[in-house]
Amino acid sequence: MIKTSIRMAIIFFAFCFLTSPCFSGDLDSFEGQSGTLKIAGGTAHIPVMKEAAKRIMTRYKDIVITIGGGGSGVGIKQAGEGLVDIGNSGRAPKPEEIEPYNLKIFKWAIDGVAVTVNPANPVKSLTKDQLKDIYSEKIDNWKALGGADHEITLYTRDESSGTREVFWEKALDKGAISTKALFVTSNGAMKTAVANDPYAIGYVSVGHMDETVAPVTLDGVTPTLETVKNGQYKVSRGLYSNTKGEPKGLARLFIDYLFTNEGQQIVVDSGFISVK
Amino acid sequence: MIFSRETIAKNVFLFCTLASTVTISSILLFMIALGLPLFQESSFLSIWTGPWDPYQGLYGIRPMISGTLWIALPATALSLPLSLGTSFVITSLGGRELRRMLGALVRFMTGIPTVIYGFVGIFLLMPLIREGFGGAGMCVLAAVIVLAILISPTMILFFSDSLLSVDPGDVQAAKALGADRAQRLLYIIMPKALNGMISGFILALGRALGDTLISLMLAGNAIRAPRGFLEPARTLTAHIALVNAADFNSLEFRSIFTCGIALYLFTTTAVIAVRFIGRKKSVMQ
Repeated sequence: MIKTSIRMAIIFFAFCFLTSPCFSGDLDSFEGQSGTLKIAGGTAHIPVMKEAAKRIMTRYKDIVITIGGGGSGVGIKQAGEGLVDIGNSGRAPKPEEIEPYNLKIFKWAIDGVAVTVNPANPVKSLTKDQLKDIYSEKIDNWKALGGADHEITLYTRDESSGTREVFWEKALDKGAISTKALFVTSNGAMKTAVANDPYAIGYVSVGHMDETVAPVTLDGVTPTLETVKNGQYKVSRGLYSNTKGEPKGLARLFIDYLFTNEGQQIVVDSGFISVK
Repeated sequence: MIFSRETIAKNVFLFCTLASTVTISSILLFMIALGLPLFQESSFLSIWTGPWDPYQGLYGIRPMISGTLWIALPATALSLPLSLGTSFVITSLGGRELRRMLGALVRFMTGIPTVIYGFVGIFLLMPLIREGFGGAGMCVLAAVIVLAILISPTMILFFSDSLLSVDPGDVQAAKALGADRAQRLLYIIMPKALNGMISGFILALGRALGDTLISLMLAGNAIRAPRGFLEPARTLTAHIALVNAADFNSLEFRSIFTCGIALYLFTTTAVIAVRFIGRKKSVMQ
């Protein structure tokens, strides 16, 4: 009797395993894992993180992955302080950040930072010098650029943003950002702000661009995945995940997963450029 | 028995009082100690009165101090008459149904998360301001209006509670002397309830000074001191939230503590000032 029920149980479990989806082979490494993985930092990374976490958590119920924002500065700091397992950043951590925390850096995608305006704005092409003049308040009316006779609303991100860092270095050549610029705290908030303000100008990760905001052609190059990929559009950066020391356990598996074919497909589907 | 129950109780309460006093004062000391590297690096005065430009090595928080005052004080001033009126209606002037409904509404409002107010502000109020007054919509005015609504339930509930706790005997006596509803409210109930009402006012003012999310979402956070209601502003609290992400050892991060000290002093001064005025008033009667 007992033997029969054991046999039944074995058949039952075998049946369960055999019928489990076998198409997502890249997820197999998570087999038998459990626990919580905490991720925070760069807001450009969030769509990729969410999709990867969703796939892992739907298949392995014992794994919990939490994803927070905060910006690149927060990502690096919290990973270094051990508050999260993986800290994301939209810029490579600086030597003075890597050193004390012994950070290990993983670059798993490439992203451009696009200058963006409201779709209703007729001005959709600027030179780099015009952009610098706009952000330093030398040009403060859209009329001077062929648009409506209305003051330009400048939007920027806080100092800890990786998107801001790349924009400031590569689009403004470290030029001034006027003190009247309005601050928003994430790529999503930037999109909302520009989408709702017909006289706005801001900048957002190319992966976040959609029809609610319009990209601005900079020096004749429109920011798209292709132009970022072939290097024509210069305002680009890597997307990084950082860990304190060599990643272990779930963090290791998660980062490895980002580099698998499936992980890189998520990267591409989210609007970024694969590193492979 | 060596200790009587009374001495035990006395000592327990004394301990509690001491503990909270020590906590509050050590917070101030803690902030001063952590902010010390910044005080040593740049001149003490320039931190309080200078502009904010970390790339130039300027860590002044004057724009944020004026941002906080520009938003918190008008919001409290706008909320006070609103709350006074509402609490009068709830406690005595309104009809039975109206009182019940208003009371329930105000209690319900206290439970709405701040972020909801922020979102409503972004999607409903900001376009109105942009179309009506021009500018970006993200400005002091937007934050003031939403903040006034946000803090009014605190004031209304405190006002109503203290208005209702006045001895009904006094009110009946005034009624017998021929005082009508408004007279009873203004000359009997209000003066008696003043202390509780002042507490409500202080709490609401504290909330206005300390609120982070509304100004972060609606005021635009520009690092220039506002010169009008249609200009963007950054409050001390929003500044703390924004700079929080900087490197721990940077002077930028240290400026958080100067903001903390400024907020601490503001709130303390406000509480002392309002209490002082309140005491003077009650002595006069």
